[in-house]
Amino acid sequence: FYLTPPQVNSILKANEYSFKVPEFDGKNVSSVLGFDSNQLPANAPIEDRRSAATCLQTRGMLLGVFDGHAGCACAQAVSERLFYYIAVSLLPHETLLEIENAVESGRALLPILQWHKHPNDYFSKEASKLYFNSLRTYWQELIDLNSGETTDVKEALINAFKRLDNDISLEAQVGDPNSFLNYLVLRVAFSGATACVAHVDGVDLHVANTGDSRAMLGVQEEDGSWSAVNLSYDHNAQNEREVERVKTEHPKSEEKSLVKQDRLLGLLMPFRAFGDVKFKWSIELQKRVVESGPDQLNDNEYTKFIPPNYHTPPYLTAEPEVIHHKLRPQDKFLVLATDGLWETMHRQDVARIVGEYLTGVHHQQPIAVGGYKVTLGQMHGLLTERRARISSVFEDQNAATHLIRHAVGNNEFGTVDHERLSKMLSLPEELARMYRDDITIIVVQFNSHVIGACQNEE
Amino acid sequence: AAAMFLRLLSDVRWRPAASRWSGAARCPRSTSAASEAPPPAPLPGQARVVVCGGGVVGASVAYHLAKLGWRDVVLLEQGRLAAGTTRFCAGIVSTARHVSIELKMADYSNKLYQQLEQETGVQTGYMKTGSISLAQTQDRLISLKRIASSLNVMGIPCEIITPKQVAQLHPLINIHDLVGAMYVPEDALVSSANVSLALATAASRNGVQIHERTSVSHVLIQKGRVTGVETDRGKIQCQYFVNCAGQWAYELGHSGDEPVSIPLHACEHFYLLTHPLKEPLASSIPTIVDPDGRIYIRNWQGGILSGGFEKNPKPLFTEGRNQLEIQNLQEDWDHFEPLLSSLLRRMPDLEALQIMQLVNCPESFTPDMRCIMGESPTVRGYFVLAGMNSAGISYGGGAGKYLAEWMVNGYPSENVWPLDLKRFGTLQSSRTFLRHRVMEVMPLMCDLKVPRWDFQTGRQLRTSPLYDRLDAQGARWMEKHGFERVKYFVPPGKDLLDLDQSKTFYKPDWFDIVGSEVKCCKEAVCVIDMSSFTKFEISSTGDQALESLQYLFSNDLDVPVGHVVHTGMLNEKGGYENDCSIARLSKRSFFMISPTDQQVHCWAWLKNRLPNDSNLTMEDVTWKYTALNLIGPRAVDVLSELSYAPITPEHFPSLFCKEMSVGYANGIRVMSITHTGEPGFMLYIPIEYALHVYNEVMNMGQKYGIRNAGYYALRSLRIEKFFAFWGQDLDAFTTPMECGREFQVKLDKGMQFVGQEALLEQKQNGVYKRFTMFILEDHDTDMDLWPWWGEPIFRNGRYVGKTTSSAYSYTLERHVCLGFVHHFDEKTGEELVVTTDFINQGEYEIDIAGQRFQAKAKLYPFSSLFTQRRRKDEVELSGYQRE
Repeated sequence: FYLTPPQVNSILKANEYSFKVPEFDGKNVSSVLGFDSNQLPANAPIEDRRSAATCLQTRGMLLGVFDGHAGCACAQAVSERLFYYIAVSLLPHETLLEIENAVESGRALLPILQWHKHPNDYFSKEASKLYFNSLRTYWQELIDLNSGETTDVKEALINAFKRLDNDISLEAQVGDPNSFLNYLVLRVAFSGATACVAHVDGVDLHVANTGDSRAMLGVQEEDGSWSAVNLSYDHNAQNEREVERVKTEHPKSEEKSLVKQDRLLGLLMPFRAFGDVKFKWSIELQKRVVESGPDQLNDNEYTKFIPPNYHTPPYLTAEPEVIHHKLRPQDKFLVLATDGLWETMHRQDVARIVGEYLTGVHHQQPIAVGGYKVTLGQMHGLLTERRARISSVFEDQNAATHLIRHAVGNNEFGTVDHERLSKMLSLPEELARMYRDDITIIVVQFNSHVIGACQNEE
Repeated sequence: AAAMFLRLLSDVRWRPAASRWSGAARCPRSTSAASEAPPPAPLPGQARVVVCGGGVVGASVAYHLAKLGWRDVVLLEQGRLAAGTTRFCAGIVSTARHVSIELKMADYSNKLYQQLEQETGVQTGYMKTGSISLAQTQDRLISLKRIASSLNVMGIPCEIITPKQVAQLHPLINIHDLVGAMYVPEDALVSSANVSLALATAASRNGVQIHERTSVSHVLIQKGRVTGVETDRGKIQCQYFVNCAGQWAYELGHSGDEPVSIPLHACEHFYLLTHPLKEPLASSIPTIVDPDGRIYIRNWQGGILSGGFEKNPKPLFTEGRNQLEIQNLQEDWDHFEPLLSSLLRRMPDLEALQIMQLVNCPESFTPDMRCIMGESPTVRGYFVLAGMNSAGISYGGGAGKYLAEWMVNGYPSENVWPLDLKRFGTLQSSRTFLRHRVMEVMPLMCDLKVPRWDFQTGRQLRTSPLYDRLDAQGARWMEKHGFERVKYFVPPGKDLLDLDQSKTFYKPDWFDIVGSEVKCCKEAVCVIDMSSFTKFEISSTGDQALESLQYLFSNDLDVPVGHVVHTGMLNEKGGYENDCSIARLSKRSFFMISPTDQQVHCWAWLKNRLPNDSNLTMEDVTWKYTALNLIGPRAVDVLSELSYAPITPEHFPSLFCKEMSVGYANGIRVMSITHTGEPGFMLYIPIEYALHVYNEVMNMGQKYGIRNAGYYALRSLRIEKFFAFWGQDLDAFTTPMECGREFQVKLDKGMQFVGQEALLEQKQNGVYKRFTMFILEDHDTDMDLWPWWGEPIFRNGRYVGKTTSSAYSYTLERHVCLGFVHHFDEKTGEELVVTTDFINQGEYEIDIAGQRFQAKAKLYPFSSLFTQRRRKDEVELSGYQRE
């Protein structure tokens, strides 16, 4: 069984999406030119989610990737809800009041976000009322708390993350009279999701990360080459600081059982996540909710199973680490991607491949034979390899697709090998997850001119 | 790369031949210190001819001028002799050419170079290796067979061989993907730089002064004549200037007092040099040309030299000479990769061969793949020879000879119209056009040459005002002299093949479409937009116009007002410089219609010959009129409905011209000619009325079954009626006597005219070739290869001439070929008079790609094809298309 190049392309391009920030008469006030995003499933259905939206009542753009585990329910909910929580956290007091008054008096609501969605990115209709009510409660509390201070983006991001996770937990505890919704909120709470979200406003770039997805900045050096700057820390066993944090939050007696086989309590890879109430609730609460819950929940072995050495919950938090970066003209793009990409590719390669793709320039030194002894055969081999590298670029209109092509199809020489690509993509559903993880990528391209101009103003 | 230049030069064993050589040329090549060089010899203050450009082309022109006895010739070279494109030329002399005149030039070059070493004592590296052109497809093999037929009748040995025979001739070739090949054993290799030096040496011995390191900065022109040149070393007065500046010819053309447009553009060209093989290749190993692989491979000092014509050429110097671009002329291996792959596929054993260098050598290309030769249409004495399309060595010798003949004798010894500078106008001079066109032309060097292919770039430049209307009705277009013309109309709902798939030597996909257009022309009425025709108005205050035209044209133009006359515009030898229809609009003004590509040539010809009289004016009104050909038996009915003027044959006989109104539009020049022998009218419509008249004609024509038609239908109609077309069948070497048009010559019109003497002589002594029509007898239209043009004609098994055009006649349901029959003496090969009996008493065969088909020869068309009988002298025998 062998996929032809067009078949490979149709698989790779099925979920690709591009957005260009509209530009009026060259008066582009956004530091973001646009973004490309794409997903390649390994799980069926895919457990990754992605979101992108422009804040309408404040400035800035939000982009995020979400990696679900134990199902996709939590990732789906976070992908729908988190940006609203962030946007609300950023809103000034007057705007919050205006919105609340509008809801109160049944007037039309100011739109908060403009979404940029691929047709496959869906929102749950059934839960929208429930989600809205939780959000409204949040902004009502914000109105009551009015501190009078201007909103700090970092704080807003942290608050939004924590608040949403809290709401997910509460909704599951309270339940819902509608049995579908009741089951939904439980599934959301018992599954989990990591989130890596970027907020870009002018030269201010904030990345809030919870879990092991990653944000990376592509920087073009003066000589034209590309380098990568990490804008997030992975929350997993490889991050010593994170392991340390978990250990300080629990008694010394648990030190040995906290992290086993590089997993939290020997079970969970990411050390921070949304949902996953099995790592957050007390045993009693878990038992009570499961027992009173619908039959489907009771039948599920996973939900009934209590993690071993479970003594001092919560073991898990959704609180993000936020990194602030002032964009510079040499910062050309931002890659947000779930661990499916980072498992297969080094960030340096990601920076180079995307950078060359976006600039359309391949910093392949021209070959000169000079005084070397080169045979026709050697030269031919070298040239075909260089050609393959270039031709794979021209097949893609989307930087994220291009990156996925490399992630899945790269051979040991760092070039896309069609045969390998074909094999990886034609794996049967049940086998795919053994060879690769879901991959979700957003590549945000910055406008260096706008960034340069902003810098000069400051 | 600089080191390589020196290496190549060290191969050049050049001996200063005479003391005439100036300055820098005399010092040894390896020294670069200027102080060692003696001061350059002073430039002469005046000369008869200044040739600019010391490459093989310039050297050849100088050589042949000297041979023909012109002494006062100066050759200027901005750098050193043979230092431009010539130095890097691959040095392959190949006679395998499609166009007959190119074939003749290459053949002459080959013979010239062969004896050059003996003549001059300069080693030229001439080596007769032969060449093998490979065919990977059946279509390619057909193309090669067509060339082989041409070569054979020219007396150039050539054979079609099997892949196995290829392997025997060349041990390294992988033959698995080959279907056959053509072997030309007398093709040769030379060192092109040495050939140029040899030519220069011989020229210098014959009195040509050669000055290196002298660049022409300006060409001086007064009153439309060359008067001299300015160089960085002073001024030279001269009568003739020859621009042989290769890729700089365009720029040099624009550096005169008046611009001379020389449409060519440079592209980078790459070839590879290797170290010798372990077992060095024999010096006699044939050169390989693999057009399907887009490469050529020749022996080079025991290794190979291989280059090619890639699909994505890199044009350069678009904005003129540019230091940055010159510096960037580096080896581009990534660009060469497809050609390298092709080379290794053809010769897999070369994998282990060591690379020496990839040479980047810009070549100049022209808009139609043919070189540019001849005198400027606007500046007398300004000659050009350039744009060799990377065949400079193959053509250099022959092209130099023809140009020298042209300058010395007034015209070359062969018909060089296909190469004439005047086939182009200023419209081909746009740098954007040239850049885009050469990017198409360079890959075409290797593409299959099938009948009826059209260039894709530089299109939609000149169009009729009806273009959009016709396009919307399914028109498919071809281009002539920049003008879009309809080939045929694809009926709605019908799809033709893709461009690539429609390339065939067999029956084309439009066969039935054109058939139905022809049927409509025969039975009802069709409209063909023929606006591309060249149209001049010549008028005077007194009789000057009539007198001048009577002298310049062979037919009698002193006809009643409103008559149309078909006449040749002949040269002194009686040959057709142009073939046109002239309407007498009034006593003192004439309206002249000529073929599309005559716009520049005819204008220059008349301008140079009309008296310089302010009372006599000539105007090019081509752009002012849209021409519609209303063709078919019902044309008269359609026109009658649109005008109150009587159109019936009694009031409007054949070959008449009337200005009348059609619909609301007034001032339409209606002529009762159709250029096909079918009944009908040409309507010359002021362009602002074009759409109105077209709409009216189409609306009125509905009830007579009117439809659009294109030039393919027109061609089929004219060829089955034995109508010769200038540029295709007629040329400057064909007289009216030779093509049965004596009735268009009035030897007794009471005054002298150009060519009269030659025609009188022919009338007395007979002609040496005769235009003949051939009906193919045993040719299967569906299964056999179609004739095109240039097919050899055999009479009783002996070669007697070539066809000049052909078409399928839907009426006769046979193919018709037109061509010239000669009578060569069986023993001496001498040309004898061709009589009617000689034509009629022969068994004829036409050779299409090596296969011979029986043909019936006719000297007169089938009278049954003419729907209306006419007086013999009224028979309209003129047309203007060149396919």
